[in-house]
Amino acid sequence: MTDSVQPGGGRSDLWRPNRSKSKRDELIVKFLFGACALLSIVTTAGILYTLLIETIKFFRQVPFTDFFFDTQWTPLFTDPQYGIFVLVSATFLTAFIGLLVAVPLGILAAVCLSEYAPRSVRAWLKPALEILAGVPSVVFGYFALLFVTPFLRTVMPFLGLQTFNGLSAGLVLGISILPIVASLSEDAIYAVPNSLRQASYAVGATKRETIINVVLKAALSGIVAAVILGVSRAVGETMIVTLAAGQNPTLTLDPRVAIQTMTSFIVQVAGGDVAVGTLKYDTLFAVGTSLFLITLSLNVFSFWFVRRFQEKYE
Amino acid sequence: MQSNTSSTTIDTDVTFRVENTDYYYGSFLAVKGVNFDVPARKITALIGPSGCGKSTVLRCFNRLNDLIPGAHINGKIYFDGEDLYSPRVDPTELRRRVGMVFQKSNPFPKSIYENIAFGARINGYRGNMDELVEQSLRGAALWDEVKDKLSESGLSISGGQQQRLCIARAIAIEPEVLLMDEPCSALDPISTLQIEDLMQELKTNFTIVIVTHNMQQAARISDNTAFFNARQTDKGGKQGYLVEYASTETIFNDPAQQATRDYVSGRFG
Ligand SMILES: Nc1ncnc2c1ncn2[C@@H]1O[C@H](COP(=O)(O)OP(=O)(O)OP(=O)(O)O)[C@@H](O)[C@H]1O
Ligand SMILES: [Mg+2]
Repeated sequence: MTDSVQPGGGRSDLWRPNRSKSKRDELIVKFLFGACALLSIVTTAGILYTLLIETIKFFRQVPFTDFFFDTQWTPLFTDPQYGIFVLVSATFLTAFIGLLVAVPLGILAAVCLSEYAPRSVRAWLKPALEILAGVPSVVFGYFALLFVTPFLRTVMPFLGLQTFNGLSAGLVLGISILPIVASLSEDAIYAVPNSLRQASYAVGATKRETIINVVLKAALSGIVAAVILGVSRAVGETMIVTLAAGQNPTLTLDPRVAIQTMTSFIVQVAGGDVAVGTLKYDTLFAVGTSLFLITLSLNVFSFWFVRRFQEKYE
Repeated sequence: MQSNTSSTTIDTDVTFRVENTDYYYGSFLAVKGVNFDVPARKITALIGPSGCGKSTVLRCFNRLNDLIPGAHINGKIYFDGEDLYSPRVDPTELRRRVGMVFQKSNPFPKSIYENIAFGARINGYRGNMDELVEQSLRGAALWDEVKDKLSESGLSISGGQQQRLCIARAIAIEPEVLLMDEPCSALDPISTLQIEDLMQELKTNFTIVIVTHNMQQAARISDNTAFFNARQTDKGGKQGYLVEYASTETIFNDPAQQATRDYVSGRFG
């Protein structure tokens, strides 16, 4: 007698797949997932809709040219002016200072973690870094106001730093986005296939040459995506800039003086009592829409960049 | 340990001399007691079943194994009479003289041109870069296929072309030795033949050591063949060792060991 090669003994009556049931289940699951996906789309559309409606109302009363070319932002005054670039400049100034901190430190940290640190160190250092991302931003905010600013004023009195200023806010903003920039860059660097490093060593490259010319190049799209995510965080960040940069809308790129970012303005107005339907109320939405457009274009750019420059291995 | 017959069959000058070499990954002894000579300007094939340590031995020659934490060597390997693992040898400098082509093609995420220029540049090449790139690509029989798209990504060409690009990259730094770890295993028969022809041309200038699983390939192209095998250790692990080393002719037609005869005739295992 030979061994049966059929584990079930070849009895066809043992097999009774319920195709109609699995088809029905498939349909239910499909529907559930579809509904979840739809929900997030509907919510986004709803937010967009309200933003747009109020923004249109705003622009019925304030001409585009004023919005873009006024050099003052005084919507709460009796003679209001609506130069959005006053707020935009503050937002960009703080975000830019933040990037000056977060990009070099973040990439350096990422390289150290993935290329130099032993596996065991990376295993606990990376989660530790990510915990920093969990520090509430209001804590960073008063850290900037109560520690960094006084510190800078003592150490560098010649700067003439005001109590509220873009510099401290930007520096601390940079620290707050550092974990996300470092962590995502590290993911990108870690994902670079080892075969590339070996190829580089095999043509006689040193470790430094390998990292700079091959690893970082291969991880570039991921690093840029990390940086852009950091920028959108910095642009949308609210508590740090509100607490440390002040509430003084000024069209300037001077990091030493009090300024007001777009988000700070929204906090200031939304926190006070604005009546629905007034121009002040609509101003909020105009600023909100501008902020939204800025982060949206950053994300679109990042999406495009990653698609364009991502290398497909294998 | 079987003695090998290298000293009698090899009369040209010696590029690598492997003497009583053991190789460890941590405490795991991967290959034990290897002795053989790699002759200059010949093709030496390393064959044997999977896991017997062919890649390990190959990567000793350019010290690429140094990059693996815990990996270390016991015994001596001489490169042109010089101790390869002496502290005076700079592995980076060594790897310029001993090039390598990997099993899976791994071009840099750079343009075709840069893939070749990179190695030359970091090694301080002062000559005409355009010429070097062209020469290397011609040397790898790739020039005609890519000469109009040198600025395109090295990853944009076909698998066989990528592998020839990797060969071009390896010969661009003008090494003395070319190590190849199953360079054709992912290629179709035509690309494989192209690369074999190429190796025949390259061997006038380079010493070539190739790992291959393809018996016909080893028989077709190599001058000498080393057959590795693995044996069970008491701890349950596998330990690689060199069974027999001789001219390819001998290994394939009249091997001294029964295991070799079984392996090359496909009756192995
Ligand atoms: N990086 C490593 N760390 C630990 N052990 C390793 C490492 N690389 C290889 N080994 C072990 O060393 C032994 C020999 O491996 P090697 O890669 O040299 O075999 P091989 O002959 O090239 O096999 P194949 O034909 O499958 O490529 C194997 O037991 C393998 O598990
Ligand atoms: Mg191998």
